[in-house]
Amino acid sequence: MMVKKVATAILSYILSVSCYAASEVGVPLLDADVDVSNTVSLQRGARLFVNYCVSCHSAEYMRYNRMAEDLGLDPELVKDNLMFAADKIGDTMTIAMRSDDSEQWFGVKPPDLSVIARSKGVNYLYSFLNGFYLDSTRPTGVNNIYYPNTAMPHVLWDLQGFAQKTDDGQIFVPEDSHGDMTVIEYQQATRDLVTFLDYLGEPAKLVRYKIGFWVISFLLVLFVITCLLRREYWRDVH
Amino acid sequence: MTVDSTDIERRQFLTGTAAVLGGLGAGVAAIPFVSTFQPSERAKAIGAPVEANIDQIEPGQRVTYKWRGKPVWIIRRTEEQLAALEQMRDILADPDSVSSVQPEFAENNWRSLNQEYLVLVGICTHLGCSPSFRPLVGDVVMGADSVGGFYCPCHGSKFDLSGRVYAGVPAPTNMDVPPYKFLNESRILIGELAEGEGA
Amino acid sequence: MSKVVKNLTDLRDWVDARFPLMQLWNEHVGQYYAPKNFNFWYYFGVLSLVVLVIQIVTGIWLVMNYKPDAEFAFASVEYIMRDVDWGWLIRYMHSTGASFFFIVIYLHMFRGIMYGSYRKPRELIWVLGMCLYLALMAEAFFGYLLPWGQMSYWGAQVIISLFGAIPLVGETLSLWIRGDYVVSDITLNRFFAFHVIALPFAIAGLVLLHILALHHVGSNNPDGIDIKANKDPAGKPLDGIPFHPYYTIKDAPAIVGLLILMSVVIFFAPEMGGYFLEHNNFVPADPLKTPEHIAPVWYFTPFYSILRANTINFFMVPAKLWGVIFMGLGTMAFFLLPWLDRGKVRSIRYRGWIYKTALSIFVVSFLILGYLGLLPPTPGRTAVAQVCTILYFLFFLLMPFYTKWDKTKPVPERVT
Repeated sequence: MMVKKVATAILSYILSVSCYAASEVGVPLLDADVDVSNTVSLQRGARLFVNYCVSCHSAEYMRYNRMAEDLGLDPELVKDNLMFAADKIGDTMTIAMRSDDSEQWFGVKPPDLSVIARSKGVNYLYSFLNGFYLDSTRPTGVNNIYYPNTAMPHVLWDLQGFAQKTDDGQIFVPEDSHGDMTVIEYQQATRDLVTFLDYLGEPAKLVRYKIGFWVISFLLVLFVITCLLRREYWRDVH
Repeated sequence: MTVDSTDIERRQFLTGTAAVLGGLGAGVAAIPFVSTFQPSERAKAIGAPVEANIDQIEPGQRVTYKWRGKPVWIIRRTEEQLAALEQMRDILADPDSVSSVQPEFAENNWRSLNQEYLVLVGICTHLGCSPSFRPLVGDVVMGADSVGGFYCPCHGSKFDLSGRVYAGVPAPTNMDVPPYKFLNESRILIGELAEGEGA
Repeated sequence: MSKVVKNLTDLRDWVDARFPLMQLWNEHVGQYYAPKNFNFWYYFGVLSLVVLVIQIVTGIWLVMNYKPDAEFAFASVEYIMRDVDWGWLIRYMHSTGASFFFIVIYLHMFRGIMYGSYRKPRELIWVLGMCLYLALMAEAFFGYLLPWGQMSYWGAQVIISLFGAIPLVGETLSLWIRGDYVVSDITLNRFFAFHVIALPFAIAGLVLLHILALHHVGSNNPDGIDIKANKDPAGKPLDGIPFHPYYTIKDAPAIVGLLILMSVVIFFAPEMGGYFLEHNNFVPADPLKTPEHIAPVWYFTPFYSILRANTINFFMVPAKLWGVIFMGLGTMAFFLLPWLDRGKVRSIRYRGWIYKTALSIFVVSFLILGYLGLLPPTPGRTAVAQVCTILYFLFFLLMPFYTKWDKTKPVPERVT
């Protein structure tokens, strides 16, 4: 039991050192607490994604029909409501904006978001979306505590409202500047969006746990049988 | 070392069980590998059905669409051309399209959902060249008594204006009719049959 | 049923009259007498074979859909992950297999060290094994460029530039390896050729030689004694048992156990916290943007630590070059073990405290070096790495002495 405790402690330490514990600027990240098995959250996130993100960010490795199937959405619904820059349901989520234009307008090409959750981590993405604040010194009028001087505007401002930063680096939304959502609602919305991004990064995540359970169960049975077989034959050896 | 009989049975049982389970496991493990050979999502997307607009086509005109890398012709036949289809039967190899690759609705003279509009895969059934469109009556290449058809320049196969192959030419069967359906009066979806239609 | 058996037997005899089928079977499996006291440490040979097969099979399937072109490589990997049926599973099997290959090989090598499996007459087996280790490292290095992510690109850039440190020929050598002025599509294509064709053939050939050399001499065992010294009237070693059925059956649950461990990773944690699939490698390679922290994959970190530990310019040789030299020596040192070890016994079971202490220090240094290699350097960490590097080399340099002075215990006649 002791060995198991020590092993777990060592393993979790190693994993935590490697994982996304703090942003590059050292500000501790918020806990995104995503759950890709929550289909409703994924659906809400998908809607937010196509409405707010896909105008500038492509997701060039995700197809609309795949998203429809995985999220339990009717393809006709997806075609009517979620596809703005594509014709066919089998198309990938590319954007209309040309990369040279985007570089001119923003200074940097908005990165493709297909695997952003795998490179940056869900905690960073969630924190980032909750880290914007008003900053008149910036061309976009906003800044972000997790990525200082980001070129990205606060696309979700109409939901969150005009957030500000306190002297000790906390983000808050003053009473009179709230957007369409309350603080809790906005946190949930960004959580949904990040959950969707997590799925976007690895659609196989929806199925691999279940398959893994069956594979390992089968292998455990096979393990027992082969152990018994081994023990039976090795009775000969003294 | 002596091994008494019950041990042998147990060994056989365990070996057999392990072998069966192992074989089963190997078989199931092979499934993903075999499945990767199936057309990928990209292949399916590229091979997805194609929408075709037909209301701009003049009578007697042919337009070409691309579906799954193949040319698909839509030809708006005139009254005369449709009437002539019955006469052609004698010189055709397979006038009733018995051995053609086509949906069920094409088993007739006009081989289409709507008699006026012929939808055909524009590939000769001999060795894959794309035949030329010869709509004029008495066309030199098709023959003096021809009422219009298709002529394949590669080896001289001839087809009538329903894509049915002439007897005595290299091509063995009628040209393929792809699965298709009408979305509305002016649009066809090439690549998909309407519900209830058989292949 | 017996008709089927008779047909199969007849087929076997037909082949056997034209090909040494039964002779090979008997020599290498059916009548190959291995010591009966193999323990846990003896699983790792067959487990490496299993992982090799997994890598080859999954590798072949990946190549069906991967594009070795700088413009398409990254996208083709995502294509495999999303658009190809079950492509994600095959990709994870391959990436997990790569890391497991090194885990298994390090444990396999450690067995060799512990039980003196490199001692005479098995020096050649050990040398071939070391060639295999180098081939495996090269295979992993070339393979890592293929996903064309940020870590792929910059890791290759850094390692190739190490060759640039070699005086006189360095820059030309780097240019020749890359085929271009920077790591580019050209480099990717040739690394693809090495990874998919050249090295797999080399590895397969070396594995064959390795096993043939082993079978020619016979296996060592945890007691380090020679089982052929005591034979029965029929000429079979008293402490030996035929490999089949005893070790084929004993290895079966071990193989299943390996598959279970691999499945846990593949299905539940394929990235393994960023150690098996690095986070930064999900960003497409950008020659204009160097990542903050370039580290090699975990299985290279001990040697990377040795490289970085060299910070002083000795004798007009720049520190960078010393780093390359010592990193190279660090891998090559293992080759010399059969001749450095002057101990009176093979196996650690009968060695004295001097040797055990030396080996423990070596293992701990190796592990610390490995851990440090994962982290960005600080003055403190560099100092520790330097101490551990010295201890690492002392294990080899002093071995002729402490193995001779070591007070060993008497070895038994028969295995225990």
